[in-house]
Amino acid sequence: MRELTYWQALQEALREEMQRDPAVFLMGEDIGAYGGAFGVTRGLLAEFGAERVRCTPISEASIVGAAIGAALTGMRPVVEIMFMDFLTLAMDQLANHAAKVRYMYGPQVRVPLVLRTPAGGGRCYGATHSQSLEAWFLHVPGVKVIAPATPADAKALLRAAIRDDNPVLCVEHKLLYATTGPVPDDGELGGIGRAVVRRPGRDVTLVAYSYYVGVALEAAQQLAGDGIEAEVLDLRSLVPMDSDAILASVRKTGRLVCVEEGTRTGGVGAEIAARVAEDAYEYLDAPIRRVAAADVPIPFSPALEPLALPQSGDIVGAVRRMLK
Amino acid sequence: MGAATTVPLSAVEARRVLFQLTLIRAFEERVLKLVSDGSIRGTTHPYVGQEAVAVGACLALRPDDWVISTHRGHGHLLAKGGDANRLMAELFGKATGYGGGKGGTQHMADYAVGHLGSNGITGGGIPIGTGAALSAHMRRTGQVVAIFFGDGAVNQGTFHESLNLAALWRLPAVYVCENNLYAMSTSVREACAIEHIAERAAAYGMPGVQVDGMDVLAVAATVRSAVERARAGRGPSLIECKTYRFLGHSKSDQRVYRSREEEATWRERDPITRFRTRLLEHDLASAAELDAVARDAIAAVDAAVEFARTSPFPAPDALTAGLFADDACAS
Repeated sequence: MRELTYWQALQEALREEMQRDPAVFLMGEDIGAYGGAFGVTRGLLAEFGAERVRCTPISEASIVGAAIGAALTGMRPVVEIMFMDFLTLAMDQLANHAAKVRYMYGPQVRVPLVLRTPAGGGRCYGATHSQSLEAWFLHVPGVKVIAPATPADAKALLRAAIRDDNPVLCVEHKLLYATTGPVPDDGELGGIGRAVVRRPGRDVTLVAYSYYVGVALEAAQQLAGDGIEAEVLDLRSLVPMDSDAILASVRKTGRLVCVEEGTRTGGVGAEIAARVAEDAYEYLDAPIRRVAAADVPIPFSPALEPLALPQSGDIVGAVRRMLK
Repeated sequence: MGAATTVPLSAVEARRVLFQLTLIRAFEERVLKLVSDGSIRGTTHPYVGQEAVAVGACLALRPDDWVISTHRGHGHLLAKGGDANRLMAELFGKATGYGGGKGGTQHMADYAVGHLGSNGITGGGIPIGTGAALSAHMRRTGQVVAIFFGDGAVNQGTFHESLNLAALWRLPAVYVCENNLYAMSTSVREACAIEHIAERAAAYGMPGVQVDGMDVLAVAATVRSAVERARAGRGPSLIECKTYRFLGHSKSDQRVYRSREEEATWRERDPITRFRTRLLEHDLASAAELDAVARDAIAAVDAAVEFARTSPFPAPDALTAGLFADDACAS
């Protein structure tokens, strides 16, 4: 199978969907000749022209709003928001309009809209260019959220998102863009809402998504040296969330660590923990643990940023304390 | 101001325009009563006084052109050809309403007549309408989008961003500002540093035109010029309709921020009275015919109330239905 980088896989998804369906087009800041801040759209302007690869002014609210209007009237826009932190500028359009119009106006409308956005820290970009805000969108009924961890999933899930008739937020961790992995040639569509076990284990379940799947796998590798077999579950999508897969794994292992890069309070892990406490409490052999970012803005200093963000050692430590 | 200050109308068209103006007035006055007596829950933002803007603008549009609306949106929906029965049923929260009762007064749409939707966020519809214009442009459909908003919305970032975007991309959009002088209680003089909102168009590189928003044919003529320009691929326009809402912002507004004298001055310019007088002066209809039109409008509102009252409420299972479109597009 071919090896592609994560960004190449995303680009293949964009290219193939644009070739397949003339309604698909791209909008965003610096996505043309520059190729997007992280290079995902490089070359697409030359291939598809400025009509379908639309470089926009810096106007996040109206870029997202215009994408909603286009989606409502027969187009399938894919918007790039340069940093996830900038979604704050488009929150009204996303939360009050994209998420709600289908419910409020009824089945006469659909919003086939994709928002792609680079997320996460680890590059010393400071507090407004490093956040992982996906937990916010668990609180906005009407928006799907995908967070692929591998190049194969990046392609498959993005293709599925573009074909989805609902607003989909695609969270792309910046540290993943340069990672490589096998990507099948066939046009596989990812199953939005289906988690996958990346490493089977019997002692503890590590639930993660996006970049932190890899971090959890590292931790599992280290734990294996102690004779602890951790199961790593890759959620792939946060909305809808594959509760069945989480519960099945926890029923098997009896222990749960929720791993995420977003801040701890009110995070994705809090939601997962609540679901497991409600539906699999009797299977738990230990209290649920969350490994997440400290509840602070992400500091710039290379001495502090890694302290704010969870590391594989934090996962290992949480599991060891659990099994003591 | 554009060259044309009126549009020619046949007698039949004239009666249809009067019917729409009167229907909106009668509909809104009835809704206020129904809110007061508890038949309709929640709030409402009456369009009384501003009817000439929606009716005049829609007169300049093709049936397949789009409009996008605001929190004060009943008039836009009726003027674009929406169904008074389904609109009233939505206000009652009934299953037969436009959104099955899940949207309410500020959140409904009728895509069959080119109505993209109303919404409760000031300035929220401006970028969405702009995106519909982008879609019309990209699909080469020749459609134009009329984007309604009030004077309050022009100080939202979306107004600035969207007008810039539309001018930059020469989109077929007509931005129709209904300057009714007050954003809830805040006078436009306390909110805008310039006197005429139309002047802002210069900053985006598009024409800006003021028009008497109490004159339905003047609105129609001005919007028509902008629509022709947009359809010809020459880009968007900003039209400022100088108008007035005769009633409060919403049901609870006691209007302490303006004088009864000011209200009386604007009432003298009532768009319906003026249009009626004009029709009589031009012998386009007899007084008896015009009275009959007014009676028809009342009858349509009566029928809408009856439809709404006798319609069922949504079943409990509607609560969780319809949040997501069910199937991925297989095309």
